[in-house]
Amino acid sequence: MNLRRLWAIVIKELRQLRRDRVTLAMIAGIPVMQLILFGYAINLNLRHLPTAIVDEAQTTASRQLAMDMLATDIIRPVAQATTAEGVMALIHRGEISVGIVIPRDFERRLARGEPVAQVLVDGSDTVVQSAASQLAQLPVTTPATERDRASVPLPRAPISVVSFYNPQRVSAINIVPGLIGIILTMTMVMFTSVAIVRERERGNMELLIATPVSRSELMLGKVLPYGIIGLVQTTLILLLGMWLFGVPVRGSAMDVYWAALLLILANLSLGLLISTRAQSQFQAMQMTFFVFLPSILLSGFMFPFEGMPLPAKWIAEILPLTHFLRLIRGIMLRGADLMELWPEVLALLAFIALMMTLAINRFSKRLD
Amino acid sequence: MASEEAAVIARGLTKVFGDLVAVNAVDLRIEKRQVYGFLGPNGSGKSTTIRMLCGLLTPTGGNIDVLGMEIPRQAEALRRRIGYMTQHFSLFGDLTVRENLEFLAAVQGLAAAPARRRVAELLEEFHFTGMERQLAATLSGGQKQRLALAGSIVHGPELLFLDEPTSAVDPESRRDFWEKLFELADAGTTLLVSSHYMDEAERCHRLAILDHGALVADGTPAELTGSLEGRTFAVEAWQPRRAKATVLGVPGVISAAQIGNSLRILCDSGDGIEERLSRALDKAGLQARLSAARPTLEDVFVAVTIHQAPGETAETP
Repeated sequence: MNLRRLWAIVIKELRQLRRDRVTLAMIAGIPVMQLILFGYAINLNLRHLPTAIVDEAQTTASRQLAMDMLATDIIRPVAQATTAEGVMALIHRGEISVGIVIPRDFERRLARGEPVAQVLVDGSDTVVQSAASQLAQLPVTTPATERDRASVPLPRAPISVVSFYNPQRVSAINIVPGLIGIILTMTMVMFTSVAIVRERERGNMELLIATPVSRSELMLGKVLPYGIIGLVQTTLILLLGMWLFGVPVRGSAMDVYWAALLLILANLSLGLLISTRAQSQFQAMQMTFFVFLPSILLSGFMFPFEGMPLPAKWIAEILPLTHFLRLIRGIMLRGADLMELWPEVLALLAFIALMMTLAINRFSKRLD
Repeated sequence: MASEEAAVIARGLTKVFGDLVAVNAVDLRIEKRQVYGFLGPNGSGKSTTIRMLCGLLTPTGGNIDVLGMEIPRQAEALRRRIGYMTQHFSLFGDLTVRENLEFLAAVQGLAAAPARRRVAELLEEFHFTGMERQLAATLSGGQKQRLALAGSIVHGPELLFLDEPTSAVDPESRRDFWEKLFELADAGTTLLVSSHYMDEAERCHRLAILDHGALVADGTPAELTGSLEGRTFAVEAWQPRRAKATVLGVPGVISAAQIGNSLRILCDSGDGIEERLSRALDKAGLQARLSAARPTLEDVFVAVTIHQAPGETAETP
């Protein structure tokens, strides 16, 4: 390993990058665009569902129940109705997603422990349904066991969910740390997966391998500049996440960067390995997507890891993003430190070492 | 097997790609401080041979000794001592002229200060003063070749391989380019240049002609043309196309090429060919004038590559 040669390759990559406007635009554009898209658009906890409330009882207790429901912010009254039939018609026409009917005999039902109110839900969207089911768990004034029956068309939920780290259930808080991982996975693998193929396509490779440059110098020289870019992207997402969504960093910022660096190196070395195998830049992009899609779907970013079948879990354990998500959520949301999460750190380090070794060994300074 | 005078010695050099024998049992000996030419049509195995000699391709068979080193085993050590200019422009189009040279100097292991001096020297010597900041991709064909040559000698190699360096260059740039090559040879560099231009071949100290992967001729240009003495003729005729048809019908004629109003005829070594030719032309009633011509390398080229298609007569372009 000759440092001057390594440095020459790093400088060369940075100079080429500076003149590559598309890639430059992607470095900043992808994080900003994805953060805004995912942060604002993907919201698994619905709020402000259009609602109509019919209070036929008009007592203090019934008004109290209606106010409690409104206070959850899950529903937002948009339409007027005076009867249960009127509410059903509104749902049918799609004007509201939730209808709440408090019957005339509310006080008597309450006293007898019968269902006191009905929450009518447009069940065609399961997410809406589950959001409305939260309403059904509101305490009235009777014991919790009785409350469940108040939500006649809704599933029984004997255990109430208590959310410690995201009490307002704001999706952005959960999504932004994960988004660092998604964006780094997408851009880092993409940048390096074309790195070697591009030089082969442009004919530069024949020149390079005829020089004394070593395989590890070439590989490291290609990884390092993008590592710096990855950290810049991490900073960008963190700052935007804090500014736009108030995402907290409860652990140390240094740990966040170490975790990001591990993921960056894991993805870059994976990209390099792809690059040594791919025959063309197009093929490299195809292979990148082959890795990217399972990363998004299986890592726990989209769906909870716990709910996946065993084979999917095995695949997920191979993906660096899975381990990164556990790290970053731990650090940013629970305030854990890196050492407490050592199994994930170890998994990422092992992945980097394996990919880098494979990439260096796959790359031959021969044309045949 | 190393030799004091020889820069390259190859014996039985063979390369097989699948079913294709790209290079077939080639023996080579290239003396130091020579400009050695590799002549052959496209696909004759020139590039493959050069790549094997630089250690970029592993030979299927044969031995290679380059600068006293066994190739491909010692290819890594050899890379410090050779320069290689690829057939297609292989410098970085999105780096400037200066950046390309700086990169190559660093990669070739020059320390910072000597690298700076060397780059300045090359920029001056190869007439890039004032265009150092131009992106390599925007250079003209001739300029690109000049830059590629400058890049391949950054580290002052003892042996320089050039794979069709002038194939995409105008004639004037080609002349300048060859001037540079001779300067390098005078300074003690050994050069192996492949080409399909005859005029370039004539400039070489020694030549090898490759055809279908086999070495079909080897010698100095004078030796090669000398071997054809008495076998080349010129015919001047008013009706060159008819004359050509007539001539090609004469046994012993290998090829006849029309050049303006005259024909250039190459014959095999058979005796009495001159009389047979003039008799045939007279018989056809053509007002043609037959004379002996000095053989050129093009004739040599046709003569040695024609054997690949026995029984046929070929036309040279």
